Amino acid sequence: MFGGFDNSYSPMWHNGPKPGAFYNFPATSTSSPKDEKQRDSQPITTGSSVIAFKYDTGVVISADTLISYGKLLRYRNVDRVFKVNDHTIIGVGGEYADFQFIKKYIDQKVTEDYCYDDNLQLKPKSLFNWLTRVLYNKRCRFAPLWIDIVIGGLQDGVPFLGHVDHRGRAYEDAAIATGYGKHLALPLIREKIENQTETLNAERAVELSKSCMEVLFYRDCQSYPQYKIATCDGQGARVDGPINVAQNWEQALNV
Amino acid sequence: MSSIGTGYDLSASQFSPDGRVFQIDYAGKAVEQSGTLIGLRGKNGVVLAVEKIVRSPLYEEDSGSRIYSVDKHIGIAIAGLLADGRQIVETARKEALNYKQQFDRPIPIKVLNDRISSFIHAYTLYSAVRPFGVSVILASYSPETGPQMYMIEPSGSSYGYSGCATGKAKQAAKTEIEKLKLADMDIEELITQAGKIIYQVHDELKDKLFKMELSWVCELSDGLHQIVPDEWYKKAYTAGVESKRDDDSDNDI
Repeated sequence: MFGGFDNSYSPMWHNGPKPGAFYNFPATSTSSPKDEKQRDSQPITTGSSVIAFKYDTGVVISADTLISYGKLLRYRNVDRVFKVNDHTIIGVGGEYADFQFIKKYIDQKVTEDYCYDDNLQLKPKSLFNWLTRVLYNKRCRFAPLWIDIVIGGLQDGVPFLGHVDHRGRAYEDAAIATGYGKHLALPLIREKIENQTETLNAERAVELSKSCMEVLFYRDCQSYPQYKIATCDGQGARVDGPINVAQNWEQALNV
Repeated sequence: MSSIGTGYDLSASQFSPDGRVFQIDYAGKAVEQSGTLIGLRGKNGVVLAVEKIVRSPLYEEDSGSRIYSVDKHIGIAIAGLLADGRQIVETARKEALNYKQQFDRPIPIKVLNDRISSFIHAYTLYSAVRPFGVSVILASYSPETGPQMYMIEPSGSSYGYSGCATGKAKQAAKTEIEKLKLADMDIEELITQAGKIIYQVHDELKDKLFKMELSWVCELSDGLHQIVPDEWYKKAYTAGVESKRDDDSDNDI
């Protein structure tokens, strides 16, 4: 590190400091307390971008089916978008194990809703808020769940879309993307949703999703040509796919 | 009752000289006071039907329900002390959750039945506790296993059934169920027969007000346990009321 300087030299004199280190006085131990642990973590098996946006009557979330191990395309057929219940969908990127952990609790909430038999179901805003609390709480314990999670759905008939990350940072927006999608897909989506002349209906929304997934596949080296699209509107929630990117590498010649 | 005054009926942890545990027998009495509960297992589903006796017209109609979901695919119906039954339902839900978290698949009803039976049985072993005053019926359906049904008694013993009844009019209900060819019946027949039996065995001299509760878990409901939809409930209700009227006119002659 320091120009090949080896830090493991013996002390300069008996009990003295090592070269480049401070003198270690007796009884003033600077060693760390025994309960010290490294608790911060980094993601290992990861999902890449999620893209999501609202359209006139609902919400669409899409993500490819790839889980990487570092740069290795390790698992190529894993779902990253899910239907939670009839009016909530989610999409997830980041550490997939952490997501599987939290998914158990989400599924249990859905089962509890079912058992109560009162025709009430978890709404997207409730799930969003609950996730902000859980993820923020985990990061405060220095054991963050390293996920980027997008929550969408119909909140009392109105489209809702929110994002929470591994620190518990959360926001709502009409268009949300995570990972490389933030740089590559978000501008494409904003162009469409801010277009005043043409309302974004369900059909156009799915088309837009597909073209974003195509762009992401071309430019993000940790993406995959197979993806799934979750939609949620007045007709309920559903996950479509797997869909394959119609690859056209001819255009590479024009770049 | 022969047991009274002999001193052998005071504890759930002591046998009587003729080999009975009277506290368990008494728990059975609590079940016999409850409204009738039947379960019918047919070709492609199970139907649970309850004669819910309404003790006051001031109660809200859907209160005091005796059919619950344990998980999406398992229903449980209780006869006996309602509060004891709720305790069993809570335990069953915890078991289902625990199984799912450990094995990442829904709990098979066979496993749930074993766990709940053991739980109920444990309450027949100690002097410090009393047995549960309930019988419960567990029902489930999946395409792999087909329809399945178990009934657990206050003693903790349980059996798989194709048709079972417990509660007040269990004898009359059992006689009716035995007449049916359950294995060949589809869900519509099960529903109407369940309606008929509940209305037939209801004793309107003793209990004026009652409401029939019906749930199913079957192919038609995608393996989900749910209270039957209104249109289906009406079929059972109509079948029940009509059979009751036929019965009554027989009596007049």
